[in-house]
Amino acid sequence: MNGAEAVMLEIQTHLRARAGESAIIGPDTNITRDLGLDSLAIMDFIFDLEDSFDISIPMERIAEVQTLADLAKAIEVLQKEAA
Amino acid sequence: MSSIFDKFAPLQEQHASLTALGRSPADIEFQEIISPTEATLNGKRTILMGTNNYLGLTFDAEAVDAAIESLRTEGTGTTGSRIANGSYDGHKELEKELAEFYGMRSAILFSTGYQANLGAIAALAGRDDYLLIDADSHASIYDACRLSDAQVIRFRHNDPQNLARKLERLEGTSGSKLIVVESIYSMLGDMAPLKEFIEIKKKYGAYLLIDEAHSLGVMGAQGRGLCEQTGLEDDVDFITGTFSKSIGTVGGFLVSNLPGLDIVRFVSRPYMFTASPPPSVVASARKTLSRIAGATDLRKKLWDNAAQLYNGLKAAGFELGPTLSPIVAIRLSDPEKAIALWNGLLDAGIYTNLALPPATPFGWYLLRSSISAAHTPEQIALAVDVCTRIGKELGLITLSNSKKAEAEDMQVNGAKTLNGASEKRPFSTSESESAAPTRAGAPVARA
Repeated sequence: MNGAEAVMLEIQTHLRARAGESAIIGPDTNITRDLGLDSLAIMDFIFDLEDSFDISIPMERIAEVQTLADLAKAIEVLQKEAA
Repeated sequence: MSSIFDKFAPLQEQHASLTALGRSPADIEFQEIISPTEATLNGKRTILMGTNNYLGLTFDAEAVDAAIESLRTEGTGTTGSRIANGSYDGHKELEKELAEFYGMRSAILFSTGYQANLGAIAALAGRDDYLLIDADSHASIYDACRLSDAQVIRFRHNDPQNLARKLERLEGTSGSKLIVVESIYSMLGDMAPLKEFIEIKKKYGAYLLIDEAHSLGVMGAQGRGLCEQTGLEDDVDFITGTFSKSIGTVGGFLVSNLPGLDIVRFVSRPYMFTASPPPSVVASARKTLSRIAGATDLRKKLWDNAAQLYNGLKAAGFELGPTLSPIVAIRLSDPEKAIALWNGLLDAGIYTNLALPPATPFGWYLLRSSISAAHTPEQIALAVDVCTRIGKELGLITLSNSKKAEAEDMQVNGAKTLNGASEKRPFSTSESESAAPTRAGAPVARA
């Protein structure tokens, strides 16, 4: 498993914990539209990811994210910036 | 053909469904304002329990007279910003008086409290800087972040460890770090753990701005707020506040002891590009501000009233915010029951605020009341009784709930006071008493 796959797997694990095991979650899943999560649940989900990857995700970066693939990419960039 | 308003269809549906269940909070209209605690609503005399009028000074005779005198001598408005049209004497005097009140070097006046946060935060944190904001921040703080060129990082509500971790990750970066917190949070009435935040701010060399909107006039022996009450005023870099709550009018401010604050006037767009506060507003704000330090009796009355409502509702078995404060919020998870309780109270002549997600923490539906020094014990007793009656009818509270609440109180606090519940009072009139407020911490449980 490469780094990008590991990031996506971690994201999916956290998301299932919030959106339910039955939620259909893939790279093209739109985070705000497809999962029935409100803005507060998404905020908590982002906090989970920050803890898990030990990075801070600035709000302006979150604003650019629509799909899980976008999110995974943003996390990879932030990880590289932090390294 | 599509309409520019189509995108608001879900919001319109929510508004319509609220109206179908009785009324919508947006449609509440008072015909006659009788006093700080009473108005007529559709012809019915109604007790106001959701107005943020903490000290009940909106009808203060001296403030009203000062405003009238100013209207006659200075006119109805300034018709422009201070940068373009110049300042009136009242603007400068009020700034001096604010600085003196807080014992700080400088103060800057804004036209509203919203603009004070917007203008202060967006100006102070620029490109290459970092804003670290509490996740439960007021909309004015979130909007300031959008106006600012700084990077914005949120930390978990009232969580100093989460803030510390985020500052630690920024170590080695060159920009200034500005932490933004509120003294009392407007939805649940919980308070920032200021001491812990200040320890972290010092450790990482950050600046701290605290919004004292809901604590000005309410906390501290002289009414300066949470910073005064916790003895931490010297460690806070910036304080923002509003005149629209305890001061009883409209307007906002930024105060600081740091030299050089005045430059904010030249970079803060919400200061530069809006009309300055009208002279009559300034005149009444000055008069009321001059009363705040000496308003010890009003503060005591306010906290007594808050305790009566908080303890009364808690003893009845309602789930409330974690801390006794003048903001008393009933937490509900069922939207229809929340709306029914709010409507039932209005039918009985009691006005509170209905707060809906996503404006509320944890997706709760909140029946929020803000208590005033001007409320009478009878008005509060009536509110508790009516809430309890409707709460029972709706199945929101049961006997076991109420017994459990009482048992928890006995366990935690020992003594029983009003309505059989315990009394925890963060405000103390004597300096020899502990000045520390009840630590709010994170809300007790996640929904």
